[in-house]
Amino acid sequence: MLASLVKAMDEERIVLSERQKKAQRSRSIAIGLALAAFVVLVYFGSVLKFGAALFNRPI
Amino acid sequence: MALIDNRMEDSLPRLSEATAGDFFALMKPRVMSLVVFTAFVGFAAAPGSHNPVLGMIAILAIAVGAGASGALNMWYDADIDRVMTRTASRPLPSGRILPGEALGFGIVMSAFSVFTLGLLVNWLAGALLAFTIFFYAVIYTMWLKRSTPQNIVIGGAAGAFPPMIGWAAATNSIGWESVILFMITFLWTPPHFWALALFKAGEYGKAGIPMMPNVRGLASTRRQIFAYSLLLAPIGMLPWLMDYRSVVYGAGATALGAGFVWYAWTVLRMTDEDQAMKPAKALFGFSLIYLFAIFALYLVDIALMHAGIVG
Repeated sequence: MLASLVKAMDEERIVLSERQKKAQRSRSIAIGLALAAFVVLVYFGSVLKFGAALFNRPI
Repeated sequence: MALIDNRMEDSLPRLSEATAGDFFALMKPRVMSLVVFTAFVGFAAAPGSHNPVLGMIAILAIAVGAGASGALNMWYDADIDRVMTRTASRPLPSGRILPGEALGFGIVMSAFSVFTLGLLVNWLAGALLAFTIFFYAVIYTMWLKRSTPQNIVIGGAAGAFPPMIGWAAATNSIGWESVILFMITFLWTPPHFWALALFKAGEYGKAGIPMMPNVRGLASTRRQIFAYSLLLAPIGMLPWLMDYRSVVYGAGATALGAGFVWYAWTVLRMTDEDQAMKPAKALFGFSLIYLFAIFALYLVDIALMHAGIVG
């Protein structure tokens, strides 16, 4: 019963072509790099925006 | 049966084959490079000292915002881009990117660029960028482009805003010097695009876009090109005439303006029978050089004045 259910689910799964896989990989890498760059940008941008006030806090 | 099978296949969602490069092409990189350059000149021209890292963030946000508006433009214009040979190979008409992907990409990138500029630099620059994206994607693309031959005259404002955004990013204000930089690009846009429209009139007509040559005719377009070039040349010289740019800029802007008027004059003298339209093609080419050169000259003049070489 379970085996036939798994088989049916496998048959319904969309199989990507080589071209689609390659395109997906390319998009994933680009999104990863863009997000990493965005994190760096926001971090350094925030530090610069706050300036010396960043250290002006109770210890 | 075969008919039913085909219908079922058509109703299945298409899987994307778009690469990162296709999404980059969706951002109109050539237009983006001009936006980056003019925004940088606006930033560099602003008075006072500016943090170069925040400046870099501002220029990057402006570039992404320009790219996002380009993506929204391509999403909306996919039907007419398919008809014209100049645009048929773009990612959407060629089927490399799905419409939903382009729309989502344009909206997300617009939001990211505006909020990044607003939060990390200042909200005046962020608001100006948001307005520019709205102006290009909605006012120009969705409304003016298909409804009036004045489409690129009014819509040209969208391409002229970047130096003002650059200036606003540096000063949190709008200076009249940045308004003059805006005016240069604004007045440059009609003769630049109408020169292209003269020798691509057939394509625009096929796509149903009411460009000036298709609506008012070739002779009227040639006259208007010349009139705009007569306005552009002195506006280009204005920073020197108003005495805040040196004679180096003044001499260059005068020569470039004279060149523009001369090319426009040769276009004015064309006849309706001229099929090769060499003068229009030459003006189109020169207009690209003009805009790049006048902004480059402006930048060089700033550097020379900072170095104390010219006063």
